[in-house]
Amino acid sequence: MSIDMAQFHQVFFEESFEGLDIMESGLLNLSPGEPDSEAINSIFRAAHSIKGGSGTFGFTEISDFTHVMETLMDEMRDGRRQITQAAVNLLLGSVDCLREMLFAVKEGQAIDAERVAEHKHALDLEQQKSGSSQQDKSLSAHEPLSNQAHQSDSKVIGWHIAFSPHTDLLKTGNDPVRMFRELSVLGELEVTADFRGVPDFYQLDPEECHLSWNLVLKGDIDRAPIDEAFAWVEDDCDLAIQPLYQADDLSLLVPGAENQVSANRAQHPAAEHVVQAGVSKPAEISTPVVIKEKAPGDEAKNKGSTSIRVDTSKIDTLINMVGELVITQSMLSLIGEHFDMSKQDQLKNGLAQLERHTRELQESVMNIRMMPINSVFSRFSRLVHDLSNKLGKKIDLKLIGEHTEVDKTVVELISDPLVHLVRNSLDHGIEMPDERVAVGKPETGTVTLEAYHRGGNIVIEVSDDGKGLDKDRLRAKAIEKGLLDEDAILTDKQTFELIFMPGFSTAEQLTDISGRGVGMDVVRRNIQALGGNIEIISELGKGSTISIHLPLTLAILDGQSIAVGDETYIVPLGSIIESLHIKEERINRVADKGETFLLRSEYLPIIRMHEIFKVPNVKTTKLSEGLLVVVEGQGVRCGLFVDDLLGQQQVVIKSLEANYRRIEGVSGATILGDGSVALILDIPGLVRLANQ
Amino acid sequence: MASILAVDDSASMRQMVSFTLKGAGYDVVEAVDGSDALNKAKARKFDCVVTDVNMPNKDGITLIRDLRALPNYKFVPLLLLTTESGMDKKQQGKEAGATGWIVKPFNPDQLLKTISKVLG
Amino acid sequence: MSQVAENNEIERAEKKRLASSSQFLSFTLGNEEYGVDILSVQEIRSWEPVSRIPNVPSYEKGVVNLRGAIVPIIDLRERFHLGHGHYSALTVVMVLQAMIGNKTRVMGVVVDAVSNVIDVDKKSVQSAPNFGSKVSTEYINGLITVNGRMVMLLDVNKLLKLDGVDDDEN
Repeated sequence: MSIDMAQFHQVFFEESFEGLDIMESGLLNLSPGEPDSEAINSIFRAAHSIKGGSGTFGFTEISDFTHVMETLMDEMRDGRRQITQAAVNLLLGSVDCLREMLFAVKEGQAIDAERVAEHKHALDLEQQKSGSSQQDKSLSAHEPLSNQAHQSDSKVIGWHIAFSPHTDLLKTGNDPVRMFRELSVLGELEVTADFRGVPDFYQLDPEECHLSWNLVLKGDIDRAPIDEAFAWVEDDCDLAIQPLYQADDLSLLVPGAENQVSANRAQHPAAEHVVQAGVSKPAEISTPVVIKEKAPGDEAKNKGSTSIRVDTSKIDTLINMVGELVITQSMLSLIGEHFDMSKQDQLKNGLAQLERHTRELQESVMNIRMMPINSVFSRFSRLVHDLSNKLGKKIDLKLIGEHTEVDKTVVELISDPLVHLVRNSLDHGIEMPDERVAVGKPETGTVTLEAYHRGGNIVIEVSDDGKGLDKDRLRAKAIEKGLLDEDAILTDKQTFELIFMPGFSTAEQLTDISGRGVGMDVVRRNIQALGGNIEIISELGKGSTISIHLPLTLAILDGQSIAVGDETYIVPLGSIIESLHIKEERINRVADKGETFLLRSEYLPIIRMHEIFKVPNVKTTKLSEGLLVVVEGQGVRCGLFVDDLLGQQQVVIKSLEANYRRIEGVSGATILGDGSVALILDIPGLVRLANQ
Repeated sequence: MASILAVDDSASMRQMVSFTLKGAGYDVVEAVDGSDALNKAKARKFDCVVTDVNMPNKDGITLIRDLRALPNYKFVPLLLLTTESGMDKKQQGKEAGATGWIVKPFNPDQLLKTISKVLG
Repeated sequence: MSQVAENNEIERAEKKRLASSSQFLSFTLGNEEYGVDILSVQEIRSWEPVSRIPNVPSYEKGVVNLRGAIVPIIDLRERFHLGHGHYSALTVVMVLQAMIGNKTRVMGVVVDAVSNVIDVDKKSVQSAPNFGSKVSTEYINGLITVNGRMVMLLDVNKLLKLDGVDDDEN
């Protein structure tokens, strides 16, 4: 049977790259001198899988290389080898090398043999450092087979085999009849059973084997295949294999010739007995559905793939939902078949159920696209490890909320901006150890990556306890670069925002850490392109926090429908704080500054929807007669004056720009239940529009 | 046709084993680790189990020990997929009740030959 | 033999004709007649209420849901400054598609009525002079006379460009 192994390569590469990530993060978490067996185990397992797979799929260079790594890790696992920082660094380097090898093989390129040899040599050296017994052990393991095989000469015409299984041989699932069958393929086989060991019927345990056999296998046969046939039971039987020579009298070796039974006919009592013990009955159940499951501990990968790994529990939920939906549907069609007004309540209930199930189904389908942000966060351990070494700084990375789930697209697109921000923190934020000590901070700085949900958004924060932003310097720099008027008055927040301006960089020199060319302005643009925004707060000497707010998913939104005139708009539910009627006396009109209203001792600007969107036919233009929806966007609060609140619903976001254009104050559109189009409001955009 | 439970945490190996065996007409069910395998083995009886050794959530050796303790799996062939360097694993596997082993790396033909040896 | 030769002759003439001509769909706006390349016409629908879009030129009437896609509707009368039309269920919307930059854009344009499919021989197309029509010549590829009536052939790619969106392209 010929099987094209290439069809498994893609999967092999995918899981190997994942395995490398696991090894990498595992290694980074290893503390020298403190063997954490579960951590080492998972690293070992990953290496082991790569080795097994690459061997099987014919990538011998990779399996050879991995073998050396595996051996080292095996010794660490067993406690035979100390875990030193040097060894960990060496293994990390090897992980990189292995990744390159895999990549080269995947892309059909040549492996950089020189680099591989270099790493392998380093690994070999490391291995020799503390005396390892592994190598000898694996060698000696091969010996028994090869040694025994060469004691006969050409006169051999067959073999005599005395085979007395121990009583529990059957309990290992081995079946003498099958072994005999295997032997019978090699040559002419005569089997003689010895019943002498069989106990009295009442003492007979049918699960035990009490027979022994004498076998004569005739033909020009090597010893090796015979050994192979018995290889699995070596320790479960007494076995004597002797060559037969031309002159030997066969009859001497085969007592009780009347008991001869051909193994091929399988009528031997032992055979009966084994089959009855229930080995090979046909399966009664039809093939179950094979569901691929996300292996626990795997990190979902994020390398621009179009496929997505889904936890089986999510699929199960989906299947349940569909089941519910089908039940509801059949219930409704039953009602519809003989409908009269007495069934109106049933119909209503059914429809309500249908609505609920549809919504739940939609949620679960969207949920499939959700993956933990961990897949992005996990790569930072390595980044921080490497960069802090390079910069000579001591830095701890703290990850918080890494299980927070976000849409796959967000995961893919957030990665690069985050790398930039973290590099900035490492490079410009955290000070050198002696500087830190001098100002009374702990020697080791901390960079924190945190993710959490807030409203309809995911918030990702990169913070450090480094030197923070110097407002005066930011200002001076902006003026020097001609980005700011000398007499401009800026709030703290506006000052910090300067770093997002194109052409602004506070670093005295560009280093290869923070990268060149890409500035914070690009980061901000990328975030905004995702429908999010970015904010920075900083305190000189204490550190900085950059928060990124992003929509949870780019495809769906919890919305509140509002009515303005005859038109319907959708406000993202996450941005609504409250809705209220206001009394005339709470409204404050300032010439040229528009209207504000007093809400719990805070004056909030009022945005009249009918005015900024020029909506005709509004119910009222008197503020006290309509409704004020208090919303928040990018830290700005305001009240939207609308006619009415309609329902809440999840809406699918459609692009206005695909065929049309970007509209200020609108983030997209959606299609309502009646097929008409409603615009989705973009609160920060509305605020900008109102300020114009 | 005989049914086989193929257990490996590596998707590529699992698929390779599964594909090869299905191609030979066996009824194959895949499991991604030891505990998944044990659950599946309890849900229906397989004629043979082929398992990797190093896996998260119950390794292959423990899986074999657990399977052997089940009345339905007392005499069922349980095979380990193991690497050359894992000679001690073979020994541990035998002690746990493994029927035999298949040495990695192996090709589809070797796999089929071994399977046909235990399933006849 | 001669039959075959004759057929070949006809075929060749037909090919030549096809290469040098194309089909246009003609429609009316007020008293004027226009044509667009029939290959750019995706479908013809009747007018249905649109969702108004705020703060855009008044000829951009709004958007509709066209099988799940959000598609803008442009009133050509207004765009060409031919006065306001009255919308009824008989008002026609031609759904046109064009390549703008490297993206396909689909748009509906409101016209008074669709009249004819006309074969246009490229040789008979005259270039558009800056004549009395209110239509800016930038959208017009050329003129052709059909049964004594003048038809202005529109460039769909230019027609579907939007003020303020595609200005920086091209």
